[in-house]
Amino acid sequence: MSSLIACHDCDLIQRLPHISEAGTIQCIRCGAVLHQKIRNSIERTLSLTLAGLVLFGLANSFPFLAFKIGAQVRQTTLLTGIQELYAQGMPELSVIVLLTTVLVPFAQMICMLYILLPLKFRRIPIKLPQVFRFIRHLQPWNMMEVFMLGILVSVVKLAKMAKIIPGVALFSFLALIFVMAAMTASLDSHLIWEKWDQKR
Amino acid sequence: MNQGLKTARTEGLISCHSCHLLCRSPGPAAVMICPRCGTRLHRRKPNSIKRTWALVLAAFVFYIPANVLPITTVISLGKAQSDTIMSGVIYFIKTGMWPIALVIFVASVFVPLLKLIILTFLLITVQRKSSWRQKDRTRLYRITEVVGRWSMVDIFVVTILVALVNLGALATIQARPGAVFFCAVVVITLFAAMSFDPRLIWDTEESLNE
Repeated sequence: MSSLIACHDCDLIQRLPHISEAGTIQCIRCGAVLHQKIRNSIERTLSLTLAGLVLFGLANSFPFLAFKIGAQVRQTTLLTGIQELYAQGMPELSVIVLLTTVLVPFAQMICMLYILLPLKFRRIPIKLPQVFRFIRHLQPWNMMEVFMLGILVSVVKLAKMAKIIPGVALFSFLALIFVMAAMTASLDSHLIWEKWDQKR
Repeated sequence: MNQGLKTARTEGLISCHSCHLLCRSPGPAAVMICPRCGTRLHRRKPNSIKRTWALVLAAFVFYIPANVLPITTVISLGKAQSDTIMSGVIYFIKTGMWPIALVIFVASVFVPLLKLIILTFLLITVQRKSSWRQKDRTRLYRITEVVGRWSMVDIFVVTILVALVNLGALATIQARPGAVFFCAVVVITLFAAMSFDPRLIWDTEESLNE
């Protein structure tokens, strides 16, 4: 029964072939990705999570962008825009931006750490299914890469008006986008459930 | 061609949406819990069509103020100028920055509308139990899932402009209500795509075969 699976997009029942090499299995009817086997998934994802947390710290503690007209310089951090929107009476916008660019990525990394660190040392964290499900629910709300495109557009828009100086936090943020994408891609969810089955 | 293909639904099984374990379903009325991960099991996403319709219609309504109302106001040396999404696009075209104009137009005007039209189309075809091009329609659904998030770019541009251009009387940029409506459209369409169950597209086929 365990190697049988129903496609999450078209509900077709099919047998998952056993693969030892890294690779992808697709649904035979609709082409949805059913399983992605990744070598050293836990170690790889764990190291990317730790790297991500360091970058997250940098991105939030250093200047993000500076804006210079003549002698006037305005330096901002990642949170400045969020505070400013709140101050202008737009709490809805400021909460959405805070969630999608700061809180959700942070929560994802913390939950990932909570699951993977014990697994690495052959222990099973309590409430693993709930935490794992939570990470999956958060995924669509992590919009860091869209925020990066927003930075690009803003910089082009303001380029004629003033000088824009990128800060350390901006580069950390850029690196964090790639690290988090790699983190999500390197997690083999079937492996997590296998471990959960074994230890239960 | 597809005869003999078994789905979880026709076999009386349920696939757990969290851990993908195939579970035997005891009966239609009972509340079922996945034995492996403890998630509430549903044969299909609950009230998928009703919920998605409600969200799609709400998004259509909010789409109008999102495009008509200004999203930012620039105050520079005592002069105030308000911009809607479209006037921002036009500004970029006029100043010759058409790649940026294209990015904003696609992300803020085209994508939300495309997403709403695709979801409406999928809802209507599912309700008519159409078996027309199921694979392509599933692909359309995947597009709406992937593409929707990029509409947030305009909201982020507003956030960054508001943060940077804050030099008192010299130049200040303020966010306006249009941005709130626009953000609502993006968030609602994200929820709409999540509440739609693509397996409904395939459900007709099994009922035809039965």
